[in-house]
Amino acid sequence: MAKYLLLKHYRGAPAAVNDVPMDQWTPDEVSAHVQYMQDFAARLEDTGEFVDGQALSPEGTFVRYDGEGRPPVTDGPFAETKDLIAGWMVIDVETYDRALELAGELSAAPGAGGKPIHEWLEVRPFLGAPPTITE
Amino acid sequence: MVDEDLLRTLTPTVIGILGRRGASWTAAEDAVQDALVEAVRVWRDAPPRDPKGWLVTVAWRKYLDAVRADTSRRRREVLVDEEPEPGPAEVVDDTLQLYFLCAHPSLTPASAVALTLRAVGGLTTRQIAQAYLVPEATMAQRISRAKRTVSDVRFDQPGNVGTVLRVLYLVFNEGYSGDVDLAAEAIRLTRELAARTDSEEVAGLLALMLLHHARRPARTRPDGGLVPLAEQDRARWDTRLIAEGVDVLQAALARDRLGEFQAQAAIAALHADARTAEETDWVQIVEWYDELVRLTDSPVARLNRAVAVGEADGPRVGLAALADLDPALPRHAAVAAYLHERNGDPVTAARLYAEAARSAPNLPERDHLTRQAARLNAELRSCP
Repeated sequence: MAKYLLLKHYRGAPAAVNDVPMDQWTPDEVSAHVQYMQDFAARLEDTGEFVDGQALSPEGTFVRYDGEGRPPVTDGPFAETKDLIAGWMVIDVETYDRALELAGELSAAPGAGGKPIHEWLEVRPFLGAPPTITE
Repeated sequence: MVDEDLLRTLTPTVIGILGRRGASWTAAEDAVQDALVEAVRVWRDAPPRDPKGWLVTVAWRKYLDAVRADTSRRRREVLVDEEPEPGPAEVVDDTLQLYFLCAHPSLTPASAVALTLRAVGGLTTRQIAQAYLVPEATMAQRISRAKRTVSDVRFDQPGNVGTVLRVLYLVFNEGYSGDVDLAAEAIRLTRELAARTDSEEVAGLLALMLLHHARRPARTRPDGGLVPLAEQDRARWDTRLIAEGVDVLQAALARDRLGEFQAQAAIAALHADARTAEETDWVQIVEWYDELVRLTDSPVARLNRAVAVGEADGPRVGLAALADLDPALPRHAAVAAYLHERNGDPVTAARLYAEAARSAPNLPERDHLTRQAARLNAELRSCP
Protein backbone atom coordinates (compact mmCIF):
# COMPACT_ATOMS: atom_id res chain seq x y z
CA MET A 1 0.00 0.00 0.00
CA ALA A 2 1.17 3.50 -0.66
CA LYS A 3 -0.27 6.81 0.36
CA TYR A 4 -1.13 9.54 -2.12
CA LEU A 5 -2.28 13.10 -1.69
CA LEU A 6 -5.07 14.23 -3.97
CA LEU A 7 -4.75 18.00 -4.18
CA LYS A 8 -7.59 20.19 -5.23
CA HIS A 9 -6.56 23.66 -6.38
CA TYR A 10 -8.54 26.87 -6.35
CA ARG A 11 -6.38 28.32 -9.09
CA GLY A 12 -3.10 27.40 -10.64
CA ALA A 13 -4.30 24.33 -12.45
CA PRO A 14 -5.67 24.54 -15.99
CA ALA A 15 -9.34 25.47 -16.04
CA ALA A 16 -11.90 22.73 -15.52
CA VAL A 17 -13.98 21.65 -18.52
CA ASN A 18 -17.19 22.65 -16.76
CA ASP A 19 -15.66 25.87 -15.41
CA VAL A 20 -18.47 27.80 -13.72
CA PRO A 21 -17.70 29.40 -10.33
CA MET A 22 -19.54 27.69 -7.50
CA ASP A 23 -21.47 30.85 -6.60
CA GLN A 24 -23.14 30.67 -10.01
CA TRP A 25 -24.49 27.16 -9.37
CA THR A 26 -27.95 26.45 -8.01
CA PRO A 27 -28.10 25.57 -4.29
CA ASP A 28 -29.09 22.03 -5.25
CA GLU A 29 -26.05 21.76 -7.47
CA VAL A 30 -23.84 22.88 -4.59
CA SER A 31 -25.49 20.30 -2.32
CA ALA A 32 -25.04 17.58 -4.91
CA HIS A 33 -21.37 18.48 -5.22
CA VAL A 34 -20.81 18.40 -1.46
CA GLN A 35 -22.73 15.15 -1.18
CA TYR A 36 -20.60 13.59 -3.91
CA MET A 37 -17.40 14.43 -2.03
CA GLN A 38 -18.80 13.06 1.23
CA ASP A 39 -20.02 9.87 -0.43
CA PHE A 40 -16.66 9.45 -2.11
CA ALA A 41 -14.83 9.71 1.24
CA ALA A 42 -17.31 7.36 2.93
CA ARG A 43 -16.90 4.80 0.17
CA LEU A 44 -13.11 4.91 0.48
CA GLU A 45 -13.41 4.38 4.21
CA ASP A 46 -15.44 1.28 3.39
CA THR A 47 -12.79 -0.03 1.03
CA GLY A 48 -10.09 0.65 3.60
CA GLU A 49 -8.43 3.30 1.44
CA PHE A 50 -9.32 6.53 3.22
CA VAL A 51 -6.72 8.28 5.35
CA ASP A 52 -7.63 11.93 5.69
CA GLY A 53 -9.38 14.81 4.00
CA GLN A 54 -9.63 18.50 4.84
CA ALA A 55 -10.85 21.65 3.14
CA LEU A 56 -8.75 24.79 3.18
CA SER A 57 -9.72 28.45 3.21
CA PRO A 58 -8.61 30.45 0.18
CA GLU A 59 -6.90 32.92 2.56
CA GLY A 60 -3.21 32.19 2.72
CA THR A 61 -0.20 34.29 3.61
CA PHE A 62 3.44 33.81 2.75
CA VAL A 63 5.89 34.33 5.61
CA ARG A 64 9.65 34.12 5.83
CA TYR A 65 12.43 35.10 8.19
CA ASP A 66 13.76 38.51 7.18
CA GLY A 67 15.96 39.45 10.11
CA GLU A 68 15.13 40.46 13.67
CA GLY A 69 12.05 42.59 14.34
CA ARG A 70 10.74 42.82 10.83
CA PRO A 71 7.36 41.57 9.66
CA PRO A 72 8.30 39.24 6.83
CA VAL A 73 4.84 38.76 5.43
CA THR A 74 3.49 38.98 1.93
CA ASP A 75 0.39 38.08 0.06
CA GLY A 76 2.44 36.85 -2.90
CA PRO A 77 2.08 35.98 -5.67
CA PHE A 78 5.42 34.64 -6.77
CA ALA A 79 4.32 33.54 -10.20
CA GLU A 80 1.73 34.57 -12.72
CA THR A 81 -0.91 32.53 -10.97
CA LYS A 82 -1.42 32.11 -7.29
CA ASP A 83 -1.39 28.43 -6.52
CA LEU A 84 -4.09 28.13 -3.91
CA ILE A 85 -4.92 24.78 -2.50
CA ALA A 86 -8.62 24.28 -1.81
CA GLY A 87 -8.35 21.04 0.05
CA TRP A 88 -6.90 17.59 0.05
CA MET A 89 -7.64 13.97 0.51
CA VAL A 90 -5.10 11.36 1.55
CA ILE A 91 -5.67 7.84 0.30
CA ASP A 92 -3.81 4.60 0.95
CA VAL A 93 -4.08 2.36 -2.10
CA GLU A 94 -2.51 -0.78 -3.58
CA THR A 95 -1.19 0.79 -6.77
CA TYR A 96 -0.44 4.06 -8.50
CA ASP A 97 -3.09 3.16 -11.09
CA ARG A 98 -5.69 2.94 -8.34
CA ALA A 99 -4.68 6.42 -7.13
CA LEU A 100 -5.18 7.76 -10.67
CA GLU A 101 -8.52 6.01 -10.94
CA LEU A 102 -9.76 7.56 -7.70
CA ALA A 103 -8.49 11.03 -8.61
CA GLY A 104 -10.36 10.75 -11.91
CA GLU A 105 -13.48 9.83 -10.02
CA LEU A 106 -13.09 12.74 -7.62
CA SER A 107 -12.65 15.10 -10.56
CA ALA A 108 -16.04 13.95 -11.85
CA ALA A 109 -17.83 15.60 -8.91
CA PRO A 110 -20.96 17.27 -10.26
CA GLY A 111 -20.89 21.01 -10.85
CA ALA A 112 -23.05 23.48 -12.75
CA GLY A 113 -25.95 21.83 -14.55
CA GLY A 114 -25.26 18.65 -12.59
CA LYS A 115 -22.49 17.83 -15.04
CA PRO A 116 -19.05 16.71 -13.90
CA ILE A 117 -16.58 19.54 -13.27
CA HIS A 118 -13.67 17.71 -14.94
CA GLU A 119 -11.24 19.76 -12.86
CA TRP A 120 -7.55 18.91 -12.70
CA LEU A 121 -6.43 17.24 -9.49
CA GLU A 122 -2.83 16.80 -8.50
CA VAL A 123 -1.76 13.31 -7.35
CA ARG A 124 1.36 13.27 -5.17
CA PRO A 125 2.93 10.22 -3.55
CA PHE A 126 3.93 10.35 0.11
CA LEU A 127 7.45 9.47 1.06
CA GLY A 128 7.18 6.24 3.05
CA ALA A 129 9.23 4.53 5.70
CA PRO A 130 12.46 2.87 4.59
CA PRO A 131 12.03 -0.86 4.06
CA THR A 132 13.99 -3.21 6.30
CA ILE A 133 15.62 -5.03 3.42
CA THR A 134 17.22 -3.02 0.64
CA GLU A 135 20.65 -4.43 0.08
CA MET B 1 -0.78 -8.12 34.80
CA VAL B 2 -2.39 -9.99 31.94
CA ASP B 3 0.11 -11.75 29.69
CA GLU B 4 -0.65 -10.14 26.34
CA ASP B 5 1.93 -12.21 24.50
CA LEU B 6 0.19 -15.35 25.72
CA LEU B 7 -3.16 -14.01 24.53
CA ARG B 8 -1.68 -13.21 21.13
CA THR B 9 -0.17 -16.65 20.83
CA LEU B 10 -3.42 -18.37 21.79
CA THR B 11 -5.67 -16.29 19.52
CA PRO B 12 -5.18 -18.24 16.29
CA THR B 13 -5.47 -21.60 18.04
CA VAL B 14 -8.78 -20.69 19.63
CA ILE B 15 -10.20 -19.25 16.39
CA GLY B 16 -9.15 -22.48 14.72
CA ILE B 17 -10.86 -24.66 17.32
CA LEU B 18 -14.12 -22.73 16.97
CA GLY B 19 -13.81 -22.93 13.22
CA ARG B 20 -13.46 -26.67 13.30
CA ARG B 21 -16.40 -26.96 15.66
CA GLY B 22 -18.49 -25.42 12.91
CA ALA B 23 -18.36 -21.67 13.50
CA SER B 24 -17.90 -19.57 10.39
CA TRP B 25 -14.64 -17.74 10.12
CA THR B 26 -16.21 -14.34 10.80
CA ALA B 27 -18.25 -15.56 13.75
CA ALA B 28 -15.27 -17.39 15.26
CA GLU B 29 -13.05 -14.36 14.95
CA ASP B 30 -15.67 -12.09 16.54
CA ALA B 31 -16.31 -14.51 19.40
CA VAL B 32 -12.60 -14.82 20.16
CA GLN B 33 -12.19 -11.05 20.16
CA ASP B 34 -15.03 -10.86 22.71
CA ALA B 35 -13.37 -13.55 24.80
CA LEU B 36 -10.04 -11.70 24.70
CA VAL B 37 -11.72 -8.56 26.00
CA GLU B 38 -13.17 -10.57 28.85
CA ALA B 39 -9.80 -12.21 29.53
CA VAL B 40 -8.14 -8.83 29.92
CA ARG B 41 -10.90 -7.87 32.38
CA VAL B 42 -11.05 -11.05 34.45
CA TRP B 43 -7.57 -12.57 34.41
CA ARG B 44 -5.99 -9.77 36.42
CA ASP B 45 -7.82 -10.97 39.54
CA ALA B 46 -8.33 -14.61 38.68
CA PRO B 47 -5.78 -15.97 36.21
CA PRO B 48 -6.96 -19.36 34.91
CA ARG B 49 -4.86 -22.49 35.31
CA ASP B 50 -5.54 -23.43 31.69
CA PRO B 51 -5.64 -20.19 29.66
CA LYS B 52 -6.34 -21.93 26.37
CA GLY B 53 -9.20 -23.99 27.82
CA TRP B 54 -10.60 -20.86 29.42
CA LEU B 55 -10.50 -18.95 26.14
CA VAL B 56 -12.09 -21.80 24.18
CA THR B 57 -14.90 -22.12 26.71
CA VAL B 58 -15.63 -18.41 26.86
CA ALA B 59 -15.31 -17.88 23.12
CA TRP B 60 -17.58 -20.82 22.41
CA ARG B 61 -20.13 -19.41 24.85
CA LYS B 62 -19.88 -16.01 23.14
CA TYR B 63 -20.35 -17.71 19.81
CA LEU B 64 -23.44 -19.58 21.01
CA ASP B 65 -24.84 -16.36 22.49
CA ALA B 66 -24.39 -14.64 19.15
CA VAL B 67 -26.00 -17.51 17.31
CA ARG B 68 -28.93 -17.68 19.74
CA ALA B 69 -29.50 -13.98 19.29
CA ASP B 70 -30.15 -14.71 15.65
CA THR B 71 -33.58 -15.72 14.34
CA SER B 72 -35.03 -19.01 15.53
CA ARG B 73 -35.00 -20.51 12.07
CA ARG B 74 -31.34 -19.78 11.64
CA ARG B 75 -30.73 -21.02 15.16
CA ARG B 76 -32.12 -24.43 14.39
CA GLU B 77 -29.91 -24.68 11.33
CA VAL B 78 -26.82 -23.61 13.15
CA LEU B 79 -27.42 -25.86 16.15
CA VAL B 80 -27.12 -28.81 13.84
CA ASP B 81 -23.91 -27.31 12.58
CA GLU B 82 -22.59 -26.97 16.11
CA GLU B 83 -22.36 -30.71 16.54
CA PRO B 84 -18.75 -31.78 16.30
CA GLU B 85 -17.84 -33.49 13.05
CA PRO B 86 -18.39 -37.22 13.33
CA GLY B 87 -15.55 -39.67 12.86
CA PRO B 88 -12.05 -39.81 14.29
CA ALA B 89 -10.47 -36.55 15.36
CA GLU B 90 -8.05 -35.37 12.74
CA VAL B 91 -4.64 -34.21 13.75
CA VAL B 92 -4.75 -30.79 12.15
CA ASP B 93 -2.89 -27.75 13.32
CA ASP B 94 -5.56 -25.08 13.43
CA THR B 95 -3.09 -22.23 13.65
CA LEU B 96 -1.49 -23.37 10.42
CA GLN B 97 -4.88 -23.39 8.70
CA LEU B 98 -5.42 -19.86 9.92
CA TYR B 99 -2.14 -18.70 8.39
CA PHE B 100 -3.28 -20.05 5.04
CA LEU B 101 -6.74 -18.53 5.35
CA CYS B 102 -5.37 -15.08 6.19
CA ALA B 103 -3.00 -15.16 3.23
CA HIS B 104 -5.60 -16.50 0.83
CA PRO B 105 -4.87 -15.55 -2.81
CA SER B 106 -8.29 -13.91 -3.15
CA LEU B 107 -7.13 -11.15 -0.77
CA THR B 108 -5.08 -8.14 -1.79
CA PRO B 109 -1.66 -8.03 -0.14
CA ALA B 110 -2.73 -5.18 2.16
CA SER B 111 -5.84 -7.06 3.29
CA ALA B 112 -3.89 -10.25 3.83
CA VAL B 113 -1.37 -8.38 5.96
CA ALA B 114 -4.07 -6.75 8.08
CA LEU B 115 -5.97 -9.99 8.56
CA THR B 116 -2.84 -11.94 9.47
CA LEU B 117 -1.81 -9.38 12.08
CA ARG B 118 -5.29 -9.43 13.57
CA ALA B 119 -6.19 -13.11 13.49
CA VAL B 120 -2.84 -14.91 13.66
CA GLY B 121 -0.93 -12.15 15.43
CA GLY B 122 -3.71 -11.20 17.81
CA LEU B 123 -3.03 -7.47 17.45
CA THR B 124 -5.86 -5.01 17.98
CA THR B 125 -7.27 -3.07 15.07
CA ARG B 126 -5.94 0.11 16.65
CA GLN B 127 -2.40 -1.25 16.84
CA ILE B 128 -2.50 -2.31 13.20
CA ALA B 129 -3.95 1.05 12.14
CA GLN B 130 -1.18 2.86 14.00
CA ALA B 131 1.50 0.72 12.44
CA TYR B 132 0.22 1.51 8.96
CA LEU B 133 -0.60 5.15 9.70
CA VAL B 134 -4.26 5.01 8.72
CA PRO B 135 -7.36 5.79 10.80
CA GLU B 136 -8.73 2.98 12.95
CA ALA B 137 -12.08 3.10 11.10
CA THR B 138 -10.30 2.57 7.78
CA MET B 139 -8.35 -0.39 9.13
CA ALA B 140 -11.48 -1.86 10.70
CA GLN B 141 -13.15 -1.78 7.28
CA ARG B 142 -10.09 -3.27 5.61
CA ILE B 143 -10.18 -6.16 8.06
CA SER B 144 -13.92 -6.77 7.88
CA ARG B 145 -13.85 -6.69 4.08
CA ALA B 146 -11.01 -9.18 4.16
CA LYS B 147 -13.01 -11.40 6.50
CA ARG B 148 -16.00 -11.27 4.16
CA THR B 149 -13.78 -12.17 1.23
CA VAL B 150 -12.60 -15.37 2.87
CA SER B 151 -15.81 -16.20 4.75
CA ASP B 152 -16.78 -18.82 2.17
CA VAL B 153 -13.39 -20.41 2.06
CA ARG B 154 -13.53 -23.80 3.69
CA PHE B 155 -11.47 -23.86 6.82
CA ASP B 156 -9.78 -27.15 6.08
CA GLN B 157 -8.63 -26.20 2.61
CA PRO B 158 -4.88 -26.48 2.32
CA GLY B 159 -3.21 -23.20 1.52
CA ASN B 160 -0.17 -22.14 -0.39
CA VAL B 161 2.79 -21.58 1.86
CA GLY B 162 4.29 -19.19 -0.71
CA THR B 163 1.51 -16.65 -0.24
CA VAL B 164 1.88 -16.89 3.54
CA LEU B 165 5.59 -16.16 3.25
CA ARG B 166 4.99 -13.14 1.02
CA VAL B 167 2.56 -11.73 3.58
CA LEU B 168 5.01 -12.22 6.45
CA TYR B 169 7.79 -10.69 4.35
CA LEU B 170 5.61 -7.63 3.70
CA VAL B 171 4.99 -7.25 7.43
CA PHE B 172 8.70 -7.56 8.18
CA ASN B 173 9.65 -4.96 5.59
CA GLU B 174 7.17 -2.37 6.75
CA GLY B 175 9.54 -0.46 9.00
CA TYR B 176 9.09 0.59 12.56
CA SER B 177 6.20 2.98 13.10
CA GLY B 178 3.47 2.65 15.74
CA ASP B 179 3.64 1.02 19.15
CA VAL B 180 4.03 -2.47 17.75
CA ASP B 181 7.36 -3.47 16.27
CA LEU B 182 6.18 -5.10 13.04
CA ALA B 183 9.60 -6.54 12.25
CA ALA B 184 9.69 -8.32 15.61
CA GLU B 185 6.08 -9.39 15.14
CA ALA B 186 6.87 -10.83 11.70
CA ILE B 187 9.76 -12.80 13.21
CA ARG B 188 7.50 -14.12 15.97
CA LEU B 189 4.88 -15.26 13.46
CA THR B 190 7.48 -16.79 11.12
CA ARG B 191 9.05 -18.66 14.05
CA GLU B 192 5.66 -20.15 14.88
CA LEU B 193 5.06 -21.04 11.24
CA ALA B 194 8.50 -22.64 11.02
CA ALA B 195 7.71 -24.74 14.11
CA ARG B 196 4.56 -26.01 12.40
CA THR B 197 5.76 -26.69 8.90
CA ASP B 198 8.48 -28.68 7.28
CA SER B 199 9.45 -26.22 4.57
CA GLU B 200 12.93 -25.03 3.60
CA GLU B 201 11.58 -21.70 2.42
CA VAL B 202 9.88 -20.96 5.75
CA ALA B 203 13.27 -21.58 7.35
CA GLY B 204 14.87 -19.44 4.63
CA LEU B 205 12.57 -16.52 5.37
CA LEU B 206 13.09 -16.88 9.12
CA ALA B 207 16.86 -16.88 8.62
CA LEU B 208 16.62 -13.83 6.36
CA MET B 209 14.59 -11.93 8.94
CA LEU B 210 16.90 -12.87 11.81
CA LEU B 211 20.00 -11.84 9.88
CA HIS B 212 18.53 -8.48 8.92
CA HIS B 213 17.07 -7.86 12.34
CA ALA B 214 20.49 -8.52 13.84
CA ARG B 215 21.92 -5.53 11.93
CA ARG B 216 19.04 -3.21 12.75
CA PRO B 217 20.70 -1.32 15.64
CA ALA B 218 23.54 -0.29 13.32
CA ARG B 219 21.41 0.66 10.33
CA THR B 220 20.22 4.07 11.49
CA ARG B 221 21.70 7.05 13.26
CA PRO B 222 19.90 8.40 16.34
CA ASP B 223 18.36 11.09 14.10
CA GLY B 224 16.89 8.42 11.78
CA GLY B 225 19.54 8.84 9.08
CA LEU B 226 20.62 5.75 7.13
CA VAL B 227 24.01 4.16 7.68
CA PRO B 228 25.17 2.24 4.60
CA LEU B 229 26.29 -1.33 5.13
CA ALA B 230 29.97 -0.53 4.60
CA GLU B 231 29.91 2.18 7.29
CA GLN B 232 27.95 0.30 9.93
CA ASP B 233 29.51 -0.29 13.35
CA ARG B 234 29.66 -4.07 13.20
CA ALA B 235 30.16 -4.29 16.96
CA ARG B 236 26.52 -3.30 17.24
CA TRP B 237 25.27 -6.25 15.23
CA ASP B 238 23.45 -8.82 17.35
CA THR B 239 25.75 -11.84 17.18
CA ARG B 240 23.23 -14.10 18.91
CA LEU B 241 20.61 -13.44 16.21
CA ILE B 242 23.22 -13.85 13.47
CA ALA B 243 24.28 -17.22 14.87
CA GLU B 244 20.68 -18.35 15.04
CA GLY B 245 19.99 -17.13 11.50
CA VAL B 246 23.03 -18.95 10.15
CA ASP B 247 22.03 -22.17 11.93
CA VAL B 248 18.48 -22.01 10.58
CA LEU B 249 19.79 -21.28 7.09
CA GLN B 250 22.37 -24.07 7.09
CA ALA B 251 19.77 -26.62 8.13
CA ALA B 252 17.54 -25.44 5.29
CA LEU B 253 20.30 -25.40 2.65
CA ALA B 254 21.37 -28.90 3.66
CA ARG B 255 18.09 -30.20 2.30
CA ASP B 256 19.08 -29.06 -1.17
CA ARG B 257 15.80 -27.47 -2.20
CA LEU B 258 16.83 -23.92 -2.86
CA GLY B 259 14.28 -21.11 -2.93
CA GLU B 260 14.47 -17.34 -3.20
CA PHE B 261 14.33 -16.68 0.56
CA GLN B 262 17.15 -19.13 1.22
CA ALA B 263 19.24 -17.44 -1.48
CA GLN B 264 18.55 -14.00 -0.02
CA ALA B 265 19.36 -15.27 3.46
CA ALA B 266 22.64 -16.71 2.15
CA ILE B 267 23.60 -13.26 0.85
CA ALA B 268 22.64 -11.68 4.19
CA ALA B 269 24.67 -14.35 6.00
CA LEU B 270 27.77 -13.56 3.93
CA HIS B 271 27.45 -9.89 4.86
CA ALA B 272 26.92 -10.77 8.51
CA ASP B 273 29.94 -13.05 8.41
CA ALA B 274 32.41 -10.31 7.46
CA ARG B 275 34.12 -8.67 10.42
CA THR B 276 34.93 -5.63 8.28
CA ALA B 277 33.35 -4.41 5.05
CA GLU B 278 36.63 -5.20 3.24
CA GLU B 279 36.44 -8.85 4.30
CA THR B 280 33.09 -9.30 2.55
CA ASP B 281 33.15 -12.32 0.24
CA TRP B 282 31.74 -10.56 -2.81
CA VAL B 283 32.62 -13.40 -5.17
CA GLN B 284 30.35 -15.77 -3.27
CA ILE B 285 27.70 -13.08 -3.00
CA VAL B 286 27.67 -12.72 -6.80
CA GLU B 287 27.18 -16.49 -7.07
CA TRP B 288 24.17 -16.31 -4.77
CA TYR B 289 22.75 -13.42 -6.76
CA ASP B 290 23.12 -15.60 -9.88
CA GLU B 291 21.01 -18.23 -8.10
CA LEU B 292 18.50 -15.60 -7.05
CA VAL B 293 18.19 -14.24 -10.59
CA ARG B 294 17.76 -17.79 -11.87
CA LEU B 295 15.02 -18.47 -9.30
CA THR B 296 13.08 -15.22 -9.54
CA ASP B 297 14.18 -13.42 -12.71
CA SER B 298 13.55 -10.30 -10.62
CA PRO B 299 14.90 -6.99 -11.98
CA VAL B 300 15.63 -5.90 -8.41
CA ALA B 301 17.80 -8.99 -7.91
CA ARG B 302 19.64 -8.11 -11.15
CA LEU B 303 20.20 -4.57 -9.91
CA ASN B 304 21.61 -5.79 -6.61
CA ARG B 305 23.72 -8.29 -8.51
CA ALA B 306 25.27 -5.40 -10.47
CA VAL B 307 26.38 -3.85 -7.16
CA ALA B 308 27.92 -7.12 -6.05
CA VAL B 309 29.63 -7.57 -9.42
CA GLY B 310 31.02 -4.05 -9.07
CA GLU B 311 32.58 -5.05 -5.74
CA ALA B 312 33.84 -8.43 -6.90
CA ASP B 313 35.17 -7.57 -10.37
CA GLY B 314 35.51 -3.80 -10.31
CA PRO B 315 33.16 -0.91 -11.09
CA ARG B 316 33.64 -1.16 -14.86
CA VAL B 317 32.24 -4.70 -14.91
CA GLY B 318 29.48 -3.59 -12.55
CA LEU B 319 28.51 -0.79 -14.93
CA ALA B 320 28.45 -3.28 -17.81
CA ALA B 321 26.03 -5.47 -15.81
CA LEU B 322 23.95 -2.38 -15.12
CA ALA B 323 23.79 -1.45 -18.80
CA ASP B 324 21.35 -4.30 -19.51
CA LEU B 325 18.83 -3.05 -16.96
CA ASP B 326 15.90 -0.67 -17.29
CA PRO B 327 16.93 2.78 -15.94
CA ALA B 328 13.37 3.20 -14.63
CA LEU B 329 13.99 0.56 -11.95
CA PRO B 330 13.77 1.92 -8.41
CA ARG B 331 17.26 2.79 -7.09
CA HIS B 332 18.85 2.32 -10.54
CA ALA B 333 20.29 5.86 -10.47
CA ALA B 334 21.67 5.34 -6.96
CA VAL B 335 23.48 2.17 -8.02
CA ALA B 336 24.79 3.86 -11.18
CA ALA B 337 26.01 6.84 -9.10
CA TYR B 338 27.90 4.56 -6.72
CA LEU B 339 29.57 2.59 -9.52
CA HIS B 340 30.52 5.76 -11.44
CA GLU B 341 32.10 7.24 -8.34
CA ARG B 342 34.16 4.11 -7.76
CA ASN B 343 35.09 4.20 -11.43
CA GLY B 344 36.61 7.66 -10.90
CA ASP B 345 33.90 9.80 -12.48
CA PRO B 346 32.65 12.10 -9.70
CA VAL B 347 30.90 14.48 -12.12
CA THR B 348 28.56 11.80 -13.46
CA ALA B 349 28.23 10.30 -9.97
CA ALA B 350 27.16 13.63 -8.43
CA ARG B 351 24.56 14.16 -11.13
CA LEU B 352 23.18 10.64 -10.68
CA TYR B 353 23.10 10.91 -6.87
CA ALA B 354 21.01 14.08 -7.21
CA GLU B 355 18.72 12.34 -9.70
CA ALA B 356 18.39 9.35 -7.36
CA ALA B 357 17.53 11.66 -4.45
CA ARG B 358 14.67 13.22 -6.42
CA SER B 359 13.05 9.83 -6.98
CA ALA B 360 13.84 8.33 -3.55
CA PRO B 361 10.81 6.58 -2.04
CA ASN B 362 11.39 7.75 1.52
CA LEU B 363 12.94 10.59 3.47
CA PRO B 364 15.99 8.87 5.02
CA GLU B 365 17.02 7.57 1.61
CA ARG B 366 16.49 10.94 -0.02
CA ASP B 367 18.57 12.67 2.63
CA HIS B 368 21.32 10.09 2.33
CA LEU B 369 21.50 10.44 -1.47
CA THR B 370 21.39 14.25 -1.27
CA ARG B 371 24.36 14.14 1.13
CA GLN B 372 26.26 11.91 -1.31
CA ALA B 373 25.65 14.40 -4.13
CA ALA B 374 26.59 17.31 -1.87
CA ARG B 375 29.79 15.57 -0.76
CA LEU B 376 30.93 15.01 -4.36
CA ASN B 377 29.97 18.51 -5.46
CA ALA B 378 31.94 20.02 -2.57
CA GLU B 379 34.99 17.92 -3.55
CA LEU B 380 34.63 19.00 -7.17
CA ARG B 381 34.52 22.68 -6.15
CA SER B 382 37.58 22.44 -3.91
CA CYS B 383 39.77 20.75 -6.56
CA PRO B 384 38.61 21.88 -9.97
